[in-house]
Amino acid sequence: MAAVKPLLAVRDVHKSFDGLTAVDGVDFDLPAGEIRAIIGPNGAGKTTFVNLVCGRVMPDSGQVLFAGEDITHLPAHARVRRGIAYTFQITSVFTQLSVYDNVALSVQRTLIDHKERGESRFSAADLRRGVDHALERVGLSDRSAMPAGELAYGHQRLLELAMGLALKPRLLILDEPTQGLSDSEIEGFGVLVREIAADATVLLIEHNMPVVMALAHRITVMDQGRVLAEGSPDEIRANADVQHAYLGVSGDA
Amino acid sequence: MAFGPYLLLATLEGLVTAAVLSLTALGLSLVFGVMRIVNVAHGEFFMLGAVLAWFFSTLVTGHPALGFLLALVLSPLVVGAVALVSERLVLRRLDYNPEATIVATIGLLYIIQQIVLTVYGPEARPVVAPFDVRIALPWFGYSGYKLAVIAASVLVIAATWFLLTKTRIGLVMRATQYDRETAQNFGIPVDRVYAGVFALGAALAAIAAVLVVPIQQAHYLMGLDPLLLSFIVVIIGGLGSLRGTVVAALLIGLSDGIISVFFSPTLAKMIATLLVAMVLVFRPQGLFGTAAR
Amino acid sequence: MADKTAMRSLLLHVAVIGVLLALNFVLPEYHRGVFSRILVLAVFAMGYNLLFGYCGLLSLGHAMFFAAGLYGAGLTVYHLDWGVAAGFAAGIMAGATLALAIGLLALRTTGVAFMIVTLMFSQVFYLTTLYFTTWTRGEEGLVLRQDVRQLGLGGVSLDLSDPATRYFVALALFAVVLFATLAIARAPLGRVLVAIRENEERTRMLGYDVFANKLAAVVLSGLFCAAAGAAYALLFGYVGSSFAAIQYSILPLLWVLLGGAATTLGPLVGTLFMFYVIDIASGFTSAYMLVVGVALIVLVLFFPRGIVGAIRERWLPWLP
Repeated sequence: MAAVKPLLAVRDVHKSFDGLTAVDGVDFDLPAGEIRAIIGPNGAGKTTFVNLVCGRVMPDSGQVLFAGEDITHLPAHARVRRGIAYTFQITSVFTQLSVYDNVALSVQRTLIDHKERGESRFSAADLRRGVDHALERVGLSDRSAMPAGELAYGHQRLLELAMGLALKPRLLILDEPTQGLSDSEIEGFGVLVREIAADATVLLIEHNMPVVMALAHRITVMDQGRVLAEGSPDEIRANADVQHAYLGVSGDA
Repeated sequence: MAFGPYLLLATLEGLVTAAVLSLTALGLSLVFGVMRIVNVAHGEFFMLGAVLAWFFSTLVTGHPALGFLLALVLSPLVVGAVALVSERLVLRRLDYNPEATIVATIGLLYIIQQIVLTVYGPEARPVVAPFDVRIALPWFGYSGYKLAVIAASVLVIAATWFLLTKTRIGLVMRATQYDRETAQNFGIPVDRVYAGVFALGAALAAIAAVLVVPIQQAHYLMGLDPLLLSFIVVIIGGLGSLRGTVVAALLIGLSDGIISVFFSPTLAKMIATLLVAMVLVFRPQGLFGTAAR
Repeated sequence: MADKTAMRSLLLHVAVIGVLLALNFVLPEYHRGVFSRILVLAVFAMGYNLLFGYCGLLSLGHAMFFAAGLYGAGLTVYHLDWGVAAGFAAGIMAGATLALAIGLLALRTTGVAFMIVTLMFSQVFYLTTLYFTTWTRGEEGLVLRQDVRQLGLGGVSLDLSDPATRYFVALALFAVVLFATLAIARAPLGRVLVAIRENEERTRMLGYDVFANKLAAVVLSGLFCAAAGAAYALLFGYVGSSFAAIQYSILPLLWVLLGGAATTLGPLVGTLFMFYVIDIASGFTSAYMLVVGVALIVLVLFFPRGIVGAIRERWLPWLP
């Protein structure tokens, strides 16, 4: 086949809760290596949509394909092991565990997977190296012994990101990652996401439009459970429908 | 003996069991429904009610009905007060954390049991029924007191139902049950509602116990069976549902007599407990209840 | 840094075993007997701690796992004339199998429902021991004679009813389970169990099958508790249904809460403390249930982390 297969392909998924339609027939393709942002007003179905992708919510109908494999019926934890990592909108690091142990949970997951595939043995040294590397990338090396709950909010978001990174995902889903961060923290975060995109595909839900315009290669706009538009940042900026549905009312978004 | 008289007798005995059980279970269900906690000491409140009933009935000489009536009034009040104090001193400080509450009420169970054992002793003691009338039925005479127990239970349940659905207190309780935070925002004193509900739940168990002591003697270990049976009733009836509780109590009470005819009591208990555990595993909302909100 | 902590805690555990070993030679006869019992029951508590402390699942039915080990060993030795080693293995197998079945069912529920379901399954087990009185003799129980409690070990025969042998065997079992707990706590499995306790959904989204890990915890916990039960039957020669009663589901919870949940040494400290509190209290009063009741309430109100937990929080953060 000539056409490059997308890393993630979603076919006509529907999901409703108690009769309220949250996602209403979405088709979605995400090529490998891209940074894609999903935007849309509150209640547009963005979070439900990414939850369908990572398996926290099962669709009523439709199909989810990851790297060509049908994962529609796979439970969430199995999808993570296939390379879909998800970072939570509300920071949910393990507050009672040390920063080290938080990241070690991710690293040991990948090490166990390697071992089960017979690629390498599980060693404590590999575990430590993996954790140190991930903490270094987000700049939390000097805090590894602290209980995660004692970290400042911005650092907790970075830890959350380190946990996602340490899973070595092929697709990293970030749910409103910059919420509650200061401007300087957002800047550092942007640099980090670009680095990540060098070896992973990134899907992010984001309300902060300057961040979206600066980071995303392409943008998908959702409204009322459907895809309203899709295109490059410039195309989206110029799209009249989008302006009407979203940018025009960005004041309350 | 022919089938007819036996069936009538089994039904009557079953109704008495069901009547007492539904009162006890109603207390447990109310506490769970409104406060979202499981009170493991509920059976001990029942036991305390029975033992106090014996104590109050010995204070009065003369007609047995006087002592019984005194017990019927005072015993639930004292038990309610004990519950109120434990709620204020312990449960409230735990912020009604479900798991800590279970541990704490287990502690309460041991304390009440030990105090009763020390003060009251290990003997089983009867209370004389307030009246001794035999009602002539087609095949045999039947204790009029037992029929009165059924009637009294129906009355108390009706009163509770009225309290819950037709009064302001009931409205406040239901609002708290539905959504604690919102209720608080609307100025409902949730804290006092909890205390009241806990005391009321214990008092209901005590009323059931007072009604039962003329039939079954008061003993310091008598709380375990009502506790387990109430659990069973509340689970089958759906946690926190008044109608479900009464229906389940009838079901358990009536079938209890029949099951124990065919099986040994131990086997009957084994099967019943296992079935209820399975209900909880596969249908946690109970057989009659609707899914939890 | 991590290596130093690991070394330190390993040394501490070796030292604890060393002290317990030395106690055999200095304790008066009565207290040596008490300590043998405490060591076996501390194994029960450690099994409970694995599920409750590390994984955060509060069971009110662990008496059934202890009793499964007790009866698995006791019945095979008593009725089938099995040897001590085979009986012990039978006890452990019985406990692990029961734990697997109970886990598959009870783990469908959470929170309060899990507590009640485990309580009920355990009650069914208790009633079963009463129902089959012909084999179990119910509350009265079976007494294993001294001559069947001989452990053949490479030509040497150990008499498990001898106080010193009993103490050593109990200590050996305790040491094995203590170091197993320490290993699990430090292994990936331990980290995942704690993560499940803290935040189930987050753990799932790190790629862990929460149900499978919880099931592993239930089975391991049931296995440890059954090992304690089997050892109890063989070392003390008594097998009775009172060990399956609700009280024996409450006691390990009490010991673990008192000593400190999710600490390796907490179960031992809690069991030791409670045993001697009751022992001393019974010198003044027969009201030992009162002591248990008050202890439970005081613990949940004022010391939710227990003795070792409080020490770790205030002074020794490296304690495992």
